[in-house]
Amino acid sequence: MLRRYALGFSAVGRQFSNMSSTTPLEDAIRAKITAAFNPQTLEIYNDSHLHAHHKAMQGSTSKETHFRLVITSDAFASKMQPARHRMVYALLRDEMALEGGIHALQLRTLTPEEEERQKKKKEEEAAKAAAEADPAPAE
Amino acid sequence: MFARTIVSGLRRQALRPAATSKAASFPATASPFRPQPFLSAFQARLLSDETRSAIDKAVASAPVVLFMKGTPETPACGFSRAAIQILGLQGVDPNAFAAFNVLEDPELRAGIKEYSDWPTIPQLYVDKEFVGGCDILVSMHQSGDLAKLFEEKKVVVLEGEGEGEKPSQ
Repeated sequence: MLRRYALGFSAVGRQFSNMSSTTPLEDAIRAKITAAFNPQTLEIYNDSHLHAHHKAMQGSTSKETHFRLVITSDAFASKMQPARHRMVYALLRDEMALEGGIHALQLRTLTPEEEERQKKKKEEEAAKAAAEADPAPAE
Repeated sequence: MFARTIVSGLRRQALRPAATSKAASFPATASPFRPQPFLSAFQARLLSDETRSAIDKAVASAPVVLFMKGTPETPACGFSRAAIQILGLQGVDPNAFAAFNVLEDPELRAGIKEYSDWPTIPQLYVDKEFVGGCDILVSMHQSGDLAKLFEEKKVVVLEGEGEGEKPSQ
């Protein structure tokens, strides 16, 4: 136990041993989602520090309680959002059931087409906002 | 300690016809800040028939039903608060809405997760159908799908009808 803890601070240990990671849950999320969904995009945000003072977190020492994921994968094609979220929840069932494990999991689940569409929409909006803010660009 | 379980609460409720608006006040009346014991033993348990039928009734108690942490007035979790705010922004008719505080009832808290096959709270049901959790509500709110759904189900307060005020009886 003590050894693992000590290994956690060495770069070698972190590189070669999962057990010594300081972010075991994040590692597990990344590994499982990558294997199951072959995602085109996978963003994992650890928001735990934002919620550390919450009542529900009293007595918890974990630094990995609140996660926010953005996943883009073909695996979500032709599935409604609840079904997509259930796929992720099922995959991470153990990590969520674990005492002191994941307490909250925010999800954004997109197909590559949806991501593309949203990106385009955002760009258009940004361009529009920029044009409105500065109707006569210097160039 | 948990004298007012959902089971007994709903049995009482079943005796009253047209109890939809009352359903909202049933979890809201007790303090949301009662300290809770750690519930891992409950969470691992299988959903009993009794709990299932109690949740069946809770889901059917109003057209729009939210299972949340805390009460609509005092949400005990940021995600539950966001869900309530969205329902408010959508103009959901308070008479068509019921909220159940899972922190008040360990059986409900454990049972609803299995019932919906959904591990997190809040959870929204419309016409007894599971719609989603907080993230899904937010994205449906932004896309306009939620407004469409509520309009179809006729659960929004009509414009000009006591807008911003307490709707008349």
